[in-house]
Amino acid sequence: MIEYQRDDSGVVTLTLNDPDQSANTMNQRYVDAMSATLDRLEAERDQVTGVIVTSAKSTFFAGGDLPSMIQARREDAPALFELLGTIKRDLRRLETYGRPVVAAVNGAALGGGLEIALACHHRVALDAQGTRLGFPEVTLGLLPGAGGVTRTVRMLGLAPALMNWLLTGRRYKPADARDNGLVDDIAATPEDMLEKARAWIAANPGARQPWDREGYRIPGGSPSTPKLAAQLPAFSATLRKQLKGASLPAPEKILETAVEGAQVDFETAQVIETRHLITLLTGQIAKNMIGALFFDMRAINGGLARPGVEVPPAAKVAVLGAGMMGAGIAYACARAGLEVVVKDVSEQAAARAKQDGDPSVLARITTTARVDDLAGCDVVIEAVFEDPELKHAVFAEVEPVLAPGALLASNTSTLPITGLAEGVSRPADFIGMHFFSPVGKMPLLEIVVGEKTGDEAVARAFDLGRRIAKTPIVVNDGRGFFTSRVIGKFIDEAIGMLAEGVPAASIEHAALRAGYPTGPLALADEVSLSLVQRIRRQFEAAADDAFERLPSHELVDTMVDEHGRPGRAAGQGFYEYENGKRAGLWPGLASLATAEGRAVPVADLQDRFLFAETLDAQKCLAEGVLRTEEDGNVGSILGIGYPAWTGGVLRFAHQHEDFRARATELAKRYGDRFTPGAA
Amino acid sequence: MSSEAYVYDAVRTPRGRGKSNGALHGVKPISLVTGLIDALRERNPGLDPARIDDIVMGIVTPVGEQGGDLPRAAALLAGLPDTAAGVQLNRFCASGLEAVNQAAARVRSGWDQLILAGGVESMSRNPMGSDGGAWFLDPETALATDFVPQGVSADLIATIEGFGRDDVDGYALRSQDRAAKAMAGGHFARSIVPVRDENGLDVLTADEHPRPETTREALGRLKPSFAAIGAAAGFDAVALRKYHWVERINHVHHAGNSSGIVDGAALVVIGSEEIGRSLGLTPRARISAAAVTGSDPTIMLTGPIPATRKALRTAGLGTSDVDLFEINEAFASVVLKYQRDLELDPDTVNVNGGAIALGHPLGATGAMLLGTALDELERRDQRRAVVTLCIGGGMGVATVIERL
Repeated sequence: MIEYQRDDSGVVTLTLNDPDQSANTMNQRYVDAMSATLDRLEAERDQVTGVIVTSAKSTFFAGGDLPSMIQARREDAPALFELLGTIKRDLRRLETYGRPVVAAVNGAALGGGLEIALACHHRVALDAQGTRLGFPEVTLGLLPGAGGVTRTVRMLGLAPALMNWLLTGRRYKPADARDNGLVDDIAATPEDMLEKARAWIAANPGARQPWDREGYRIPGGSPSTPKLAAQLPAFSATLRKQLKGASLPAPEKILETAVEGAQVDFETAQVIETRHLITLLTGQIAKNMIGALFFDMRAINGGLARPGVEVPPAAKVAVLGAGMMGAGIAYACARAGLEVVVKDVSEQAAARAKQDGDPSVLARITTTARVDDLAGCDVVIEAVFEDPELKHAVFAEVEPVLAPGALLASNTSTLPITGLAEGVSRPADFIGMHFFSPVGKMPLLEIVVGEKTGDEAVARAFDLGRRIAKTPIVVNDGRGFFTSRVIGKFIDEAIGMLAEGVPAASIEHAALRAGYPTGPLALADEVSLSLVQRIRRQFEAAADDAFERLPSHELVDTMVDEHGRPGRAAGQGFYEYENGKRAGLWPGLASLATAEGRAVPVADLQDRFLFAETLDAQKCLAEGVLRTEEDGNVGSILGIGYPAWTGGVLRFAHQHEDFRARATELAKRYGDRFTPGAA
Repeated sequence: MSSEAYVYDAVRTPRGRGKSNGALHGVKPISLVTGLIDALRERNPGLDPARIDDIVMGIVTPVGEQGGDLPRAAALLAGLPDTAAGVQLNRFCASGLEAVNQAAARVRSGWDQLILAGGVESMSRNPMGSDGGAWFLDPETALATDFVPQGVSADLIATIEGFGRDDVDGYALRSQDRAAKAMAGGHFARSIVPVRDENGLDVLTADEHPRPETTREALGRLKPSFAAIGAAAGFDAVALRKYHWVERINHVHHAGNSSGIVDGAALVVIGSEEIGRSLGLTPRARISAAAVTGSDPTIMLTGPIPATRKALRTAGLGTSDVDLFEINEAFASVVLKYQRDLELDPDTVNVNGGAIALGHPLGATGAMLLGTALDELERRDQRRAVVTLCIGGGMGVATVIERL
């Protein structure tokens, strides 16, 4: 696990190399090997002049041992305390070894990997393609508990440590990591990296950590320094603001660990760090987040939903429509090295797809108004206006010129794929590829399988999605598929609350408190109420008498038809807008209540959002729209803003202490839509 | 058998501007206290120092020269006999009244006979908040309790109650106007003990903070003090998480409609009926009831309302039985909400102005307000007053006094 090699000059190179995994993690093998390595280093101290820590993998070190971490239970606290104590003790032995220790960071050093590097006196990072340094713990509901909080705070000071590293989970390239203080030097090649490490060892025989030197003070001061004490109250408030009013254990515990640790000596700070990590590890939310964002995500990206058929990779992509979505899809494909042709009704319209971006990427995009220019494309992604007739027409127009057997994909967000497939000659090759806006930022791709869509088409769409760095979920056809359908419940619930007389500000704040990134009324304005109205009417027409008319429907009609407030694009919706920016809730909203206002506890408002979406996602699973729970969980977090702390829209029910009882309670208070389905 | 707790006398220093150019900036807090002890002995020749059981004083920032149980040190420095003990307490802004109330309770219990109660704060020398505190420095506590600074709370009250900038500035103007008239009319003369230096030269003889020349226009030009920390530092988000029905906070408070930062001290002589008889002192009033309450810490400053109700309930009285209300003008919205919720006639509330004009020396204010209310009852020949303060952390203290 840790190879030990001493050269003639007395420099020991420790090479991290887990024999059973493709990446090094802080598993038991590491823990045992590190203890043994330190024993040997101490025994051979007289022959050692310095230590280099590096890795034999393409990455330096990946981080914590998540499969074991997700198992942690309350009663494991003593064992965890012991384990973390051992990990910390050995890293402390390394940094107080009495010889210069350099981390030669040859690849990604995330979480535990960065913590090992911080226990060295000097860090040289290799400027390789995938080298990233950072603390992703917060995004998994954890904190860096192998000395990461303690050392980062002591290296950089409280505010920079928290804002730039610990609370953001950001992963820095080597140069950015250096600018933000945790990397000392950058090397162009592996040889150069080791050379620099050796040179530093030779030049710094008496190396010690800053906090082990006489007269050390934390940069920027400790909480007892008046200047810092004056700023300290704002730390908590700023965090709360960044969380938009939500309460999440990991960032809160990180802040607590950093501040509490800065008040005491190094060793005590490490113990405080351990205590807080154990609280997170043994709690539910870290399990939810690791489950969804690591395990479910890994399963999805690993091809859980991909049919096991061999298909050729995409070569040349045609994008129909150069609007915001079309342009975004084209750019994403070009960035992955694909050749792209964007067609729109005129040259001028098509040229919108080449307006912004990296010139070397844009160089791979051709724009045109001529169908013939799509000749040879083996994938077409349609991103024109949401009108079935129009979509049929554009496919009919382009189909003859494409490469034989080309994949025919529509980026529709709501129209059933099976219906759209009727407009093409090869329905087996027709599929939905639902991208999210803005395409460059949103990581999800919802692949929609129509009645006649073949396995090859699914595999091709999946492979293309992976190639352009999206996480592709695969769902079956249905109105609104999975994502648009379920997010609709969030918006419907909010509008229903408004009809009940709940103050609009409470509705927005409750959603944010629950962990949603945007209030539902603001979201409805973005989507536009006329679209909400149109989709509902289509649904109503298609569903015949099964359609349940809700108070929210009437309110949408009133907003659109009577008040002419369909949303942001129109400059007025639930919010007022000034220069395109939200300027505040429309004061007329209070008059839209159709029921006698009653006090609704904010906890109920929060749960109504979460439960409405989860109950509908459970229906999606039962109806076969969702094929796997993993797709539902990851899709809900990445695509429609379902709060990540829940571990996803389906896991929310599993992790809830009594989902059925609470749903039944909500059903009693607020309506049958909350009645839980069959267990 | 319980006895009454009487107020035999009440004195205070003038309030000095709490800045380096304030008149009291060069005077140590302990000197403010010893000056008052001397004055009490001079004014009350019968006051036998050997009978003083304790000196209870509020000090909100008990660090440095204000730390280490200043009341005991002051007793010794003032030359009181060794038997006069001393204790410092802290209930934030209400500490001075808390000292009075605790002294009264001890006297009523019969365990003590004679206590000097009050407070001191040299805010120009010992900055507010410099003693720290878990409530706002400890992230776990701050996050769990939705801590926001008082200015944000005051603005939240104004937002919820619909008090606009005109309302709060109008109130500030009234405070200045009433304070100016009170000073001109000598309404504070009975309580004020001039601060003199060691050579007997006057350092400060009258309150220094008021700005009688203030106009509505001048107030209107002041920028809100808490808009930036509310928005940039995130305190608005903290408050709105709890007060979710409020879309946004309207920041209306500024230095001109909030309490002033000043230096000052006050002492009240609290004793039993029996000690008065034995020393030949004449009681000026009795403490009829006192109450402390806790309420939501985020909106924080609404405590005087439940505290007043509780104290009046204890006294078996209603608001209509009370002639004067003296509420600390921490922020204009605090007083406006108090008046509104208790349905008070504004002409009975802070009739001589308040801390917006006169200043709020944290640890001393409560005892000062008690003296001000008592002087005014005597001047008007009225009977009862309620003295109350809002308090950090969402508490309230109120005291009912009654002339004999």
